[in-house]
Amino acid sequence: MARRYDSRTTIFSPEGRLYQIEYAMEAISHAGTVLGVLAKDGVVLAAEKKVTGKLLDLSSVKEGGYGGSGEKIFLLNRNVIAGVAGFSADANSLINYSRQSAQRHLFSYNEDIPVEQLVQRLCDLKQGYTQYGGAFIPLCVTSSLHMATGLRPFGVSLLYAGYDPHYQFQLYHSDPSGNYSGWKATCIGANNGTAQSLLKQEYKEDISVEDAIDLVIRVMSKTMDSTTLSSEKLEFATLKLDETTRQPVAKIYRPADVDALLAKQGIGKKDGDVEMK
Amino acid sequence: MECSFALTGKGYVLIAADMTSARSIVKMKHDEDKVKPLGPHLLMTYSGEPGDTVQFAEYVERNLRLYQIRNHSVLRPHSAASWIRRTLADSLRSRSPYSVNLLVGGYDVSEHEPHLYWIDYLGTMATVPFAAHGYGSYFALSLLDRYHNPSASLEEGIETLKRCIDEVQKRLIIGLGKFKVRVVDKDGVREIEI
Repeated sequence: MARRYDSRTTIFSPEGRLYQIEYAMEAISHAGTVLGVLAKDGVVLAAEKKVTGKLLDLSSVKEGGYGGSGEKIFLLNRNVIAGVAGFSADANSLINYSRQSAQRHLFSYNEDIPVEQLVQRLCDLKQGYTQYGGAFIPLCVTSSLHMATGLRPFGVSLLYAGYDPHYQFQLYHSDPSGNYSGWKATCIGANNGTAQSLLKQEYKEDISVEDAIDLVIRVMSKTMDSTTLSSEKLEFATLKLDETTRQPVAKIYRPADVDALLAKQGIGKKDGDVEMK
Repeated sequence: MECSFALTGKGYVLIAADMTSARSIVKMKHDEDKVKPLGPHLLMTYSGEPGDTVQFAEYVERNLRLYQIRNHSVLRPHSAASWIRRTLADSLRSRSPYSVNLLVGGYDVSEHEPHLYWIDYLGTMATVPFAAHGYGSYFALSLLDRYHNPSASLEEGIETLKRCIDEVQKRLIIGLGKFKVRVVDKDGVREIEI
């Protein structure tokens, strides 16, 4: 009779579990893979796009914006990029929230928000949905009517790649329960077990960005369903330091850049290939 | 008649303020400490409306401490000064503004450089190599223009600071008595007897 404890996010089951949170995590393990590797001079993110098809209009993706297709990898602030796995609509709302948090910090302190603080802001929001069911804490006992009662948690896990002067380059992961942790290399979404064990084997301390890019693409090509990688299926981003200004520079690859990168690595789609649909 | 000076050197910021507390023509106190350590590598002098000064300085001190406890990290000098400026600017536009002039000096442990900021009660902030508030600034700034050296050792910096203090004591119509001097560098904040 698990149903009795399913309907609300904030109620423990007799075994001491929060089912809605576990279901959210389950949803994420079917989402497109997102992979991150921390290098000594940068961070690399790659994401598998699930929503593809030849009828999808991608004409707006080719140019404009800051790169990417706006489906999996986003710029949160000048010094932080994030890859998302899970419900895109939920993710959009979280991304909007984190961008606002980052700007608020900039307004108060005139500095880019430290990466861990940005992760904490988002995790505080996510955690709210596992306990009191929403973003608003009732501040006054008499106005309990204003208490928000959320129906479900955010079905989103994120990988954050960031830089700040306190801890230099960092890679974080957060899940729907509001837990977060720092990583040298990690993976979320479908096949994350396979990717994690590959990363565990192949990751080396003091890896360079160039080698990290190589590693990420190698692992991605092994975990993804399709045999040939292309910009249709893959999003890619790096965060490095500008050599002259020593400021972080986020580069979210445009589709053409992704294809060029894959060709350079020798696992791109060749002209004659036809992908099986 | 309050007066405060600050100057940067090689890896340090020197900050000094007079120690009088006056009301009208009466000197009420001669051992008032107006140089507040705000963190392990941050110092601030305050002058202006009596009452406002201590109230605001303590407000800043405790908020910066709260940030430190919450985030397990200390605000860097630039960020702390920016927050203080913002707080003053917000206060200026409220019903009861703080009327306080500040010098904020700090040592940035992540980029290993000293920083000094001049802030007034209108919420103006300037990043400067040396600074002064009060009547003393009329005498000290020209001396600092002539003698300040951004790569001077601590001993040379103290000499320059002494010149400023001596000039004020000599030319200003009222003697200001003793000065409290503190320095901040890579080892943190400490007091200096001059």
